[in-house]
Amino acid sequence: MEMVNLTIDGVHTRVPKNWTVMDAAKAIGIDIPALCYLKGVNEIGACRICVVEVEKARTLQASCVLPVAEGMVVYTESPKVVDARRQILRLLLDNHPNDCLTCDKAGECKLQEYAYRYDVSFVEHDGWRRESHIDTSNPYIHRDDNKCILCGRCVSICAQVQERSVLSFGDRGYRTHIIADNERTLADSACVSCGRCLSVCPVGALLDNRVIGKFRSWELEKEDVICNRCEYGCEFELLKRNGKIVGVRAKAPSTDRPLCLKGRLTLDLLYNENPDVPLAKKDGKYVEVSWAKALELEDLLQKLGASNIE
Amino acid sequence: MLVNLTINGQQVQAERDMTILQAARSIRIEIPTLCYDERLVAHGACRICVVEVKGARTLMPSCSTPVVEGMVIETHSPTVIEARKEILRLMIENHPLDCLTCEKSGNCILQDLCYEYDVKEGGFNGEKKDYPIDDSNPFFTYDPNKCILCGRCVRVDNELQCTGAINLIDRGFGTHVGVFYDRDFDSSVCVSCGNCVSVCPVGALMSKQPKKFRYWDTHKVTTTCSYCGVGCQMDLLVKDNKVVGVEPVNIEPNDGLLCVKGKYGYRFIDHPDRLKKPLIKKDGKFEEATWDEAMDLIVSKMKKIKEDYGPDAFGGFSSARCTNEENYLMQKLFRAVIGTNNIDHCARL
Amino acid sequence: MTNSIDEFLDADVVLIVGSNTTENHPVIGAKVRQAKNKGAKIIVVDPRKIDISADAEIHLQLKPGTNVAFANGMMNVILNKGLENKAFIEERMEDFEKLKKAVEKYTPEVVAEICEVDPEDIIKAAELYATAEKGSIIYCMGVTQHSMGTNNVMSMANLANLCGHMGRESTGVNPLRGQNNVQGACDMGALPTSYPAYQAVSNPEIAEKFGKAWGVESLSTVPGLTIVEMLNAVEKGDIKMLYIMGENPMVSDPDLNHVKHALESSDFLVVQDIFLTETAELADVVLPAASFAEKDGTFSNTERRVQRIRKAVDAPGEARPDWVILMEIMNRLGYDKKYNSAEEIFDELRTVTPSYAGITYDRIEKLGIQWPCPNEDHPGTKFLHSGKFARGKGLFVGMEYQESAEMPDEEYPLILTTGRLLYQYHTRSMSGRVEGLNKKAPESFIEIHPDTASSIGVIEGDMVKVASRRGSITVKARVSDIVDKNVVFIPFHFAEGAANKLTNAALDPKSKIPEYKVCAVQIEKSV
Repeated sequence: MEMVNLTIDGVHTRVPKNWTVMDAAKAIGIDIPALCYLKGVNEIGACRICVVEVEKARTLQASCVLPVAEGMVVYTESPKVVDARRQILRLLLDNHPNDCLTCDKAGECKLQEYAYRYDVSFVEHDGWRRESHIDTSNPYIHRDDNKCILCGRCVSICAQVQERSVLSFGDRGYRTHIIADNERTLADSACVSCGRCLSVCPVGALLDNRVIGKFRSWELEKEDVICNRCEYGCEFELLKRNGKIVGVRAKAPSTDRPLCLKGRLTLDLLYNENPDVPLAKKDGKYVEVSWAKALELEDLLQKLGASNIE
Repeated sequence: MLVNLTINGQQVQAERDMTILQAARSIRIEIPTLCYDERLVAHGACRICVVEVKGARTLMPSCSTPVVEGMVIETHSPTVIEARKEILRLMIENHPLDCLTCEKSGNCILQDLCYEYDVKEGGFNGEKKDYPIDDSNPFFTYDPNKCILCGRCVRVDNELQCTGAINLIDRGFGTHVGVFYDRDFDSSVCVSCGNCVSVCPVGALMSKQPKKFRYWDTHKVTTTCSYCGVGCQMDLLVKDNKVVGVEPVNIEPNDGLLCVKGKYGYRFIDHPDRLKKPLIKKDGKFEEATWDEAMDLIVSKMKKIKEDYGPDAFGGFSSARCTNEENYLMQKLFRAVIGTNNIDHCARL
Repeated sequence: MTNSIDEFLDADVVLIVGSNTTENHPVIGAKVRQAKNKGAKIIVVDPRKIDISADAEIHLQLKPGTNVAFANGMMNVILNKGLENKAFIEERMEDFEKLKKAVEKYTPEVVAEICEVDPEDIIKAAELYATAEKGSIIYCMGVTQHSMGTNNVMSMANLANLCGHMGRESTGVNPLRGQNNVQGACDMGALPTSYPAYQAVSNPEIAEKFGKAWGVESLSTVPGLTIVEMLNAVEKGDIKMLYIMGENPMVSDPDLNHVKHALESSDFLVVQDIFLTETAELADVVLPAASFAEKDGTFSNTERRVQRIRKAVDAPGEARPDWVILMEIMNRLGYDKKYNSAEEIFDELRTVTPSYAGITYDRIEKLGIQWPCPNEDHPGTKFLHSGKFARGKGLFVGMEYQESAEMPDEEYPLILTTGRLLYQYHTRSMSGRVEGLNKKAPESFIEIHPDTASSIGVIEGDMVKVASRRGSITVKARVSDIVDKNVVFIPFHFAEGAANKLTNAALDPKSKIPEYKVCAVQIEKSV
């Protein structure tokens, strides 16, 4: 692979030609903030939080989609860059509820992390806020549009599995928001509750409904585990609080590891010390079902008969 | 003497001099507290620990109510929960909503309780406190606007540290924690021990950080302070292989106290002046060397000197700053390997 | 310490001699004040109006170097009033008559003259201490760092034993150790005269025992030299190589001009430290060591509690824990013992240190154990000398007051005494690199009484030249009646304006401690 030389924050580096400036910075330990960027999934340069200053360039450039070039000189935290990031954060916060006090995402929220890093606070204002609602129709996915920053990660990751592709952008301009199918609730949509979107949302817009109110992120210890319901072997984390497993959470999905509700519930039952009862959609509504039904084991169990189970 | 009582339907035997809180905690029933400090006589100021006692006219603060034979207690009844919510609403009403960027976030008891009791805001739209932040002390800041007036800092200062630098000043809505004559900390008798900072349950008294960090990005390592001979126990807060803070441990010998050097004197650890490579002096100037070069030089010199002048031509200064293991090894090196008793350290200095 | 730190809380009289407790052992200072709030009475004996003297019932602002006279005066009063603990003396002590005779002539009036205090205060202090139910003495460097330091220490023991204030909870004699692991360094035998647990090197049986434990044929039974003696030996050419681990004699030792000359005259000097200290600057080889946060091990605190330190972060660059460096040198010198962890060293040392025999890393995981702890079922020892002393019966050793090695005269008319500050630590190699601490205590200074200051035309903030027979420094004046007219005070922490350029290296003949607390100086306004 052809290599190019460039300088980032005064550090000279040499990287393959097909890298982005963000990749190159990361390789030398420089952490450029990213909200919408998700390698291999969402590389759209939409949120602009990753902008950097490039010598001789007219404007600030989104580093996540900016290819490296020979002799490039980049500044990732120049006053101009910091100013732009603060500007972006301020706009995002203006449309975001001030509830880190009790928000379940606190401690793992990218918006919070960057607001802290660049010292941007909520400002009380009477200006326009995007009209939005909270969708509680799905017992697995809690969707709070008020907190959405429109990064598009959920849309991209949902679309990666062709038969799913439920989420998309709706409306335009100021009214842009994420919709499920054609402005339906999640329960009414074709959503299969696989939880891919949950695993990539950088803020508290999409939360695992089954663990809301149960713990703060900073109380958790995590342990990796692999789902063995099928050959994909999706990666999960067991969430432990004071030594007790209080939840399971999917890690890094991809096209190779698609995630599914059945797998998630299997791990919940296997490991969680006190799992909530499972629910399944029946006639467009979620109702409580047995674990055997939720895990699609009813037929098998029936055939085996109780006596065969030890 | 034991007394029998019932907490949340569970039979408990408790010592006669216990409080309801202590009895509940003895069977792992958690009652929230804010002003309570197990080292101090409870004074029931914040009321967050109230519980329902059957037959009592009002809710009782569990931290300061002694157990009585036959008591029947509910720690989480609807009445209790509503009372706690109301207390939290009153507190949060007068507290800036800036968990987004507050350094205390993740280590804040007010935040924990608001989450647990699902209190998002005060909702009274009353007057807000508006005090200037006291930035005068080199080690910590005091933001009275975040203070919930639990009084722990004042009591630890006056009853445990016994410096008496801070007090509750004024009455009513104007009550606040301050130093005498409302001057700043730096011009008071404060000795910067930081013991008030260590007990503040919210973000009112906060250590100054040269580099910002979030509490949830750290982990704790318990160790012994390396300054004086008291041997205070403390937790080092570590983030990305760096010590970013120190918290006292409530155990003997220091029982949760530290002094300014223990609490804030850790910043030498990653000072740029730290020695990072062996140095060998050549023509009066130090040059960096590898460990092998340095060791070869030292060992060859030692062999030569021992051969020419015998073991008593060596002298070793061991160190009161090093560990027992290291002092043991140093004297062993001199006695068993070199063969002299010329080994001492600065005990007398 | 014969007692534990927490036992101060229940003392009813605390006699503090030559210890600036709230500044130098702040957490113990806080506990003494807690005791006061519970009703304990505090007596402070110190040449300066230190912070805790404000809490004292009585403050004896004695002339530096007169501790023996003070203690004898106390005992004289106690005996005259019949306040001694007759039962305790009868049962546990020897040579009482000798002591009686020794203190006979130290009447309050005589002592008041020597110590330059009010005789009434001596009487009051004696009554208060003697009639206490639980009387605890705290002492520190103000007692030990004198040319008659050993006598001072014995006097403290005499006083406590006379009143039977020994061997009970909250009742005893408590020297506070200045540095984090002075106790441990002594316990581990980093002393010229003893192996671990104070086993004498001159005893051939003990030497044989250690020889066997360490797998070497014979060990020297000739006591070694102390630091000050070693420096002299280097100057004379008897010692060729010095190996200095984690010490900075270029600031901490008395008579620095002499120290510098000695270090420079060594053939080969190795210094192992975490910073390039004033001492390391003079070395031929400097080895980078890990700090306490970068290694595992144990420290023993002033109440004999063996406590863990734990590695929290990696050492910078190529710095290594001291034990790793020492092991490598041993190995390269042909001694083949390998240790894979600090714990392995501990497991070895406890086999040859009877007082540590019962302590293991597992046992001190949460809470440290106080030695003596002879076996793994032993809980450790809260206070010493319960029931009987190590030697059986205690011995009274009557002491005569003797003057300090260097007394003021016409040429050097003032007594200089030195000490420490809350915001700095020892030679500042650590605390001097903490911004806030330097802001609080940025530089050296001299405390001068207002009358003395005005007699040489000095006001607060002026620069003052201070000279002794050994050197001179220039420091900023702090004019305050914290000291008496004929006494000045300089903290020793600072290399710039170093008090130890002035101090006297006169040694106590037994403990070999230098006389930091008294030397004669002259001062003049610097222009």
